[in-house]
Amino acid sequence: MNKARHPLSAKANFRRLFETALYCVLWLCAVVCIFVTAAIIFVLLTESVFGLGENIAFFQKVSLKNFLLDTEWAPQYGEGKFGILPLFVGTLWVTGIAALIGLPVGLASAIYLSEYASPTARSLIKPLLEILAGIPTVVYGYFALIFVTPLLIKPFGALLGIQANTFNALSGGIVVGIMIIPMVTSLSEDVLRAVPRGLREAGYALGATRLDVSVKIVLPAALSGILASFLLAVSRALGETMAVTIAVGIQPRLSWNPFETMCTMTANIASMSSGDSSTGSIEYRSIYAVALSLFVITFALNIFSQFILNRYREVYN
Amino acid sequence: MNTANQAYQKQLRRRHAASSLFSAICLLAIWFALFMLALLLVGISLKMTGIWDPTGSGSGAGSRNWLTYTFLTEHMSRKPEQSGMIAGIWGSLWLMFMTGLFSIPLGIGAAVYLEEYAKNNAFTRFIRLNISNLAGVPSIVFGILGLTVFARMFGMFPDLPPRGIPLGIGVLKISIPFGKSLLTGSLTLTLMILPIIIIASQEALRSVPQSLRHAALALGATKWQTIWLQVLPASLPGIMTGIILALSRVIGETAPLIVIGAATYIRYNPGQMERVSDYLLKPQTLLDVPSSQFTAMPLQIFEWVSHQPNPDFKNVAAAAIVVLLLVLLIMNGLAVYIRHHFSKRLDW
Repeated sequence: MNKARHPLSAKANFRRLFETALYCVLWLCAVVCIFVTAAIIFVLLTESVFGLGENIAFFQKVSLKNFLLDTEWAPQYGEGKFGILPLFVGTLWVTGIAALIGLPVGLASAIYLSEYASPTARSLIKPLLEILAGIPTVVYGYFALIFVTPLLIKPFGALLGIQANTFNALSGGIVVGIMIIPMVTSLSEDVLRAVPRGLREAGYALGATRLDVSVKIVLPAALSGILASFLLAVSRALGETMAVTIAVGIQPRLSWNPFETMCTMTANIASMSSGDSSTGSIEYRSIYAVALSLFVITFALNIFSQFILNRYREVYN
Repeated sequence: MNTANQAYQKQLRRRHAASSLFSAICLLAIWFALFMLALLLVGISLKMTGIWDPTGSGSGAGSRNWLTYTFLTEHMSRKPEQSGMIAGIWGSLWLMFMTGLFSIPLGIGAAVYLEEYAKNNAFTRFIRLNISNLAGVPSIVFGILGLTVFARMFGMFPDLPPRGIPLGIGVLKISIPFGKSLLTGSLTLTLMILPIIIIASQEALRSVPQSLRHAALALGATKWQTIWLQVLPASLPGIMTGIILALSRVIGETAPLIVIGAATYIRYNPGQMERVSDYLLKPQTLLDVPSSQFTAMPLQIFEWVSHQPNPDFKNVAAAAIVVLLLVLLIMNGLAVYIRHHFSKRLDW
């Protein structure tokens, strides 16, 4: 009946079919993302929490209590000890040092770019920071090992009377800190610039200096966004692998001395999976348990910062 | 009155001094970051030529230029003087090409769906949440995903013989599971950069003004015609910039490749290609590429830095880093050029 009314209907029907098919294809493309997240969670859980088929998962052999509270990570000796604490402490050292350097420097750079810099200066500095952000992490590891440790850490250690190891947590933390500077800067600058001009002008009209406006008006107004950018940067530092594998080393050890070699969770995964541990062995399974812990931590940080960012966006829109 | 004024003047001067000091501190932060960048670039270049060696190791032979022509054309070697990175260069290029092949259509498709079709409902918000979370997942976790899903396929297919798909010019061999092949590597990296491409493309699509869509629809174009003929071309510079930046992530990424078991020491190019002409003259070489073992530039750097005891290999690594950074610089320059060139022309 359509045909009688509309001479083009065959063509139109084909078009409609084509459009619907395309819609389905595009929908599938978008849904892939859900599948990827689901696959990550599934993969991490199958090898660590419940076994697939007759496989035995990691936590069916090693109790959660041992995993969380054992102070030793030595999978290759005898029964094997799987305490994540040494890895966790190594990660904490690196992330802590990185945050100590990266967050303040990144935030100060962001304040300069958004409140002080002329448009010309900003257009010069931002691409340079992008270069810093684009340098591969393996290069940062090399930089830490060849330059930061001998030029900075060893003299500094000698000053304190500590013999610094060639691989040490301090150098790894410093380069990871440098690595997250551009990220903090660009994310924080975005939220600082999103603060309405009117707030700044009101401050200036009342006789405030630039310091007053930046610190007492703009920063508090952008605080939640800055916090979110900090969390994202910390989660990036937690997940950093190559720089710490090269600079910090791969010896799991529970230590309170950052001049010593340690091992982070990520470096442990990298070294274990490139090693000879055969698939199916408990050592092999252990990388899934470590990865699951890493994923849970970064996932929580990301969700939390997303939550903060979303709330923040609503304030000024 | 006068003393009050004086006190006020004094306080004002102090406040302005504090303000100047604060701006100096902020500027110092930027200079710190830029100084580190300069130190990194200059230091590694000097290390490559053997002029500056802060570690104080290395034999006397270390003092020469390590970035030679043969370094670019030779395979890896146990001797630092004879080492080259040709396998890594080809590996990285193929990795970039195949990752682009998978991730570009997928990423743009997802972005088009989210920006042009999706209704603002709970499901769409769930997809968006997934994307922003995937962007924050550590790359090594993607490596574990690739190892389990692509390289081993959960261990469900124990040692099946490779399947061959005849394609006229040769046989495309696909082994199930994919193993430590380029296919595994590129699929893994596809999943890793997918969120980056989607987010960049979404922003590019969002910057296209609604009036363009309305005009096309008013002229009777269908939804897809509007997108394909108007919206996508207009947003192409932004999308391309995002893609180039994502692909430069691929070039520099190491951790996931280590986890899936890509070779760090290998003495042949993808598909056993000896000369570039092999790809044309012996098409089978080309078809062998996806199932071939491979290495990549950052993997070679890692091998030379961490696994080779001879300290001269640190200089070799420096030369490889310079090559890697040059490639990245060219790609970044391209991205900046596209952004500037087209943003001038397309000023809404």
